[in-house]
Amino acid sequence: MASITLKDVVKRYGIGPKANQVIHGVSAEIADGEFIVIVGPSGCGKSTLLRMVAGLEEISGGDIAIGGRVVNDVEPSERDIAMVFQNYALYPHMSVFDNMAYGLKIAKVPEAEIKTRVDKAAGILQLGPLLQRKPRELSGGQRQRVAMGRAIVRQPQVFLFDEPLSNLDAKLRGQTRIEIRKLHAELGVTSLFVTHDQVEAMTLAQRMIVMNAGRMEQFATPDEVYARPATTFVASFIGSPPMNLLTGQANGASFTLDGQTVPLPAPAPRNGELTLGLRPEHVVAGGSGGWPLKVELIEMLGAERLVHGQLGSHAFTLRMDGMLTPPAVSSTVQLQLSAQHLHWFDVATGVRVE
Amino acid sequence: MVERRTTLGIFAHAVMILGVLIVAFPLYIAFIASTHTSQAILQVPMPMSPGGHFWENYIAALNGHGGGAGSNAPVARMMWVSLVTALVITFGKIAISLLSAFALVYFRFPFRGLVFWAIFVTLMLPVEVRISPTYKVVSDLGMLNTYAGLTVPLIASATATFLFRQFFLTVPDELVEAARIDGAGPMRFFKDILLPLSKTSVAALFVIQFIYGWNQYLWPLIATTGEQMYPVVVGIRMMIAGGDSGNEWNIVMATAIMAMLPPAIVVVLMQRWFVKGLVDTEK
Amino acid sequence: MEKRVRFDSQVLPWMLVAPQLAICAVFFFWPAAQALLQSMQVQDSFGLSTEWVGLDNFKTLFNDSAYLESFQVTAVFSLLVAVLGISLSLMLAIFADRVVRGALFYKTMLIIPYAVAPVVTGVLWVFMFSPSIGVVAFGLDRFFGFQWNHLLDSTHAMTMIVTAAVWKQISYNFLFFLAGLQSIPKSLIEAAAIDGARPWRRFWTIQFPLLSPTTFFLLVINMVYAFFDTFAIIDATTHGGPGRDTAILVYKVYQDGFKGGDLGGSAAQSTVLMLIVITLTVLQFKFVEKKVNY
Repeated sequence: MASITLKDVVKRYGIGPKANQVIHGVSAEIADGEFIVIVGPSGCGKSTLLRMVAGLEEISGGDIAIGGRVVNDVEPSERDIAMVFQNYALYPHMSVFDNMAYGLKIAKVPEAEIKTRVDKAAGILQLGPLLQRKPRELSGGQRQRVAMGRAIVRQPQVFLFDEPLSNLDAKLRGQTRIEIRKLHAELGVTSLFVTHDQVEAMTLAQRMIVMNAGRMEQFATPDEVYARPATTFVASFIGSPPMNLLTGQANGASFTLDGQTVPLPAPAPRNGELTLGLRPEHVVAGGSGGWPLKVELIEMLGAERLVHGQLGSHAFTLRMDGMLTPPAVSSTVQLQLSAQHLHWFDVATGVRVE
Repeated sequence: MVERRTTLGIFAHAVMILGVLIVAFPLYIAFIASTHTSQAILQVPMPMSPGGHFWENYIAALNGHGGGAGSNAPVARMMWVSLVTALVITFGKIAISLLSAFALVYFRFPFRGLVFWAIFVTLMLPVEVRISPTYKVVSDLGMLNTYAGLTVPLIASATATFLFRQFFLTVPDELVEAARIDGAGPMRFFKDILLPLSKTSVAALFVIQFIYGWNQYLWPLIATTGEQMYPVVVGIRMMIAGGDSGNEWNIVMATAIMAMLPPAIVVVLMQRWFVKGLVDTEK
Repeated sequence: MEKRVRFDSQVLPWMLVAPQLAICAVFFFWPAAQALLQSMQVQDSFGLSTEWVGLDNFKTLFNDSAYLESFQVTAVFSLLVAVLGISLSLMLAIFADRVVRGALFYKTMLIIPYAVAPVVTGVLWVFMFSPSIGVVAFGLDRFFGFQWNHLLDSTHAMTMIVTAAVWKQISYNFLFFLAGLQSIPKSLIEAAAIDGARPWRRFWTIQFPLLSPTTFFLLVINMVYAFFDTFAIIDATTHGGPGRDTAILVYKVYQDGFKGGDLGGSAAQSTVLMLIVITLTVLQFKFVEKKVNY
């Protein structure tokens, strides 16, 4: 059983009144075999959270349990985990083979078994011809695979990935992403993957933890996070181009934005000040009686166009298919909204309102 | 570090404290001894806490009024000689090496390679390997017992030149080109651009060379014949010539403390540059 | 390494290197040449006539048991100083790397021996180890019943100069080891920890191998230090005694040349020393250039 349980996990630097709290009570239940991505902007605490699970950072409050066992005071070497670092952390003075065999040697695994496991991992990751080379003779992508191979041979309860794709070029990143998915399908080991890239998060995660400033804002499947973001932060972080957020007064089936009242296809969940979220891909330009958008700038991206304009004093972006005729710059188009794609958020807290 | 193993943490501190004690012990003994009377120290064991004769002893040492059987030269004079020597060597070395390194890196001239190797070879000729003939040269030039004799033979160092050369090689070419476009000649470039950039290296070398100059022993021993040109490190050696019981150990220790003070102050105050420079110099 | 850009002046560079070259010529090359010359000559006791004897001085030297003894003494001395100095400093550096609180204090204290002149170290040691009044001699007697006398016992004398030399070198070695340790990326240590390695194992399988360039470098530096910079310590403490048992090579050069008046023999010794330095320096430049890439 390699579930992971985070219960009110807190991280503080320093002690006493001047202590700096960077993680504020994160709780999550991760089932055996799940591939979980922790995603958020730089400095949100995602790496710190991962390192606490690894045992590389002390836990200031709350509990972390791996496979049902609370590991707060357990050394990293005893947690039966494996980690892939952002800069690979390969032992420079050892060959690829020895790098992968290191952990097994320490665990006193018999030599024959070591060879079997390393060869198997090398096979999966296509490292066979590189086994006797030193890390400095390998390319970035190759080093990455060695780092993963080192994790695989340990056959641990949990895999931890700390932004492993950040140092690769774009093409390699895409390829490696797919390899990681295949690996997970084959090995089925519980995995925690940290990244700041929302595309990686959306494509790799079975469920994802979206973090912001030390808080977990949402823990759900990619579909859920996309279709029903829990906060304005999640709403604007996931999805590209980001969701348009408009703050105004809701009154039944109409919405007042900068003094202009426009109709809603469905009534707001409550009256009063609310933030309305509309994804660029869920708004259509055309027709009449919609929301008047003053077109300022159009970006041509081949398969699609991004139309940037002003809705009152709010900037607004809408996405349209590349084959359709775009509106003229400085013209005003009517935006048609869809009832299923309205997102409402409380203005003060940013929390979703149903 | 990775773990919170508290036992390891305590052990680490214990080791560090032990190390500091080993380092501090001789210095502590020296200081204690410098504050007692001569008789108090000659008793076995000597006292372990400071005595009341601090000023007495240090003033006696400075004025050369110790009554020991060894040399009784005034320490004040010797400190002065040491200071002048160390500063001349330091500034001289830095200045000469800056100029040589600048020439070696930024100019192309015939026999440049030869000049480089000539300087390199001097690394392999420490003073101890050529004492007699160097002595003769200095003597022939009439430089014995002079500040010049104490400093000039030690001023041409390869290490400083190499350090600067290494550093200059890392300065971006664009700076030279920009300077040229701005109309600056080589010496202008050197003075206005290269020198300010070299500040850290100069600071590190200052510490290293000051200590080198201040602590020089063998060469001043040979190049001076009279007490009045002894640097303090030579003087202190002469003081213990009276044998264990004949020396005024309290005066000797006071001299030792004074001899250690200027280099220690320089090292501690310029610690950051010094450490960085030391590690970078040798690589 | 070459710079792409150059200044054009032909006169200026010569003016810039002139001071250094001049001093090198007068105080390095000329005396070194003289030393070489003298090593192949013999002077009579009044210094009035000199005779060319080729390599005879060297032959005499290597047949002289005193000289060979000095070689042995120097070898033992420098090995002890290098090995002890490096081990002690490495241990201090490892633990200094671990502590966070008080790190600056420890580091500052440990740097201080660097500032102490070798000769002053010698004087301190004479004071502490004096068989009659020294505090260490007293302690050894009182607590261990051990009679210390470096004036009579060669092993005591050797111990004395070795400890003085090592004490003085602690700072230098410590700083290099600490820098070496701190240049190892933290993620390597973490990866090893996650792979299951405890601190002791991590040190021997990861940190120590990655420190090998530093260790080798310090080995050479410490040997050069033991060969030359320890002159002052010996002159202050044992004067090469008892007998000749702590007369390292460089001390013998001084003794024979300046005290004994044997210029030819002393010059020959200087030449041998020169060859030793050249070998060590070449070693340092050639083999220490290998750096570990991360």
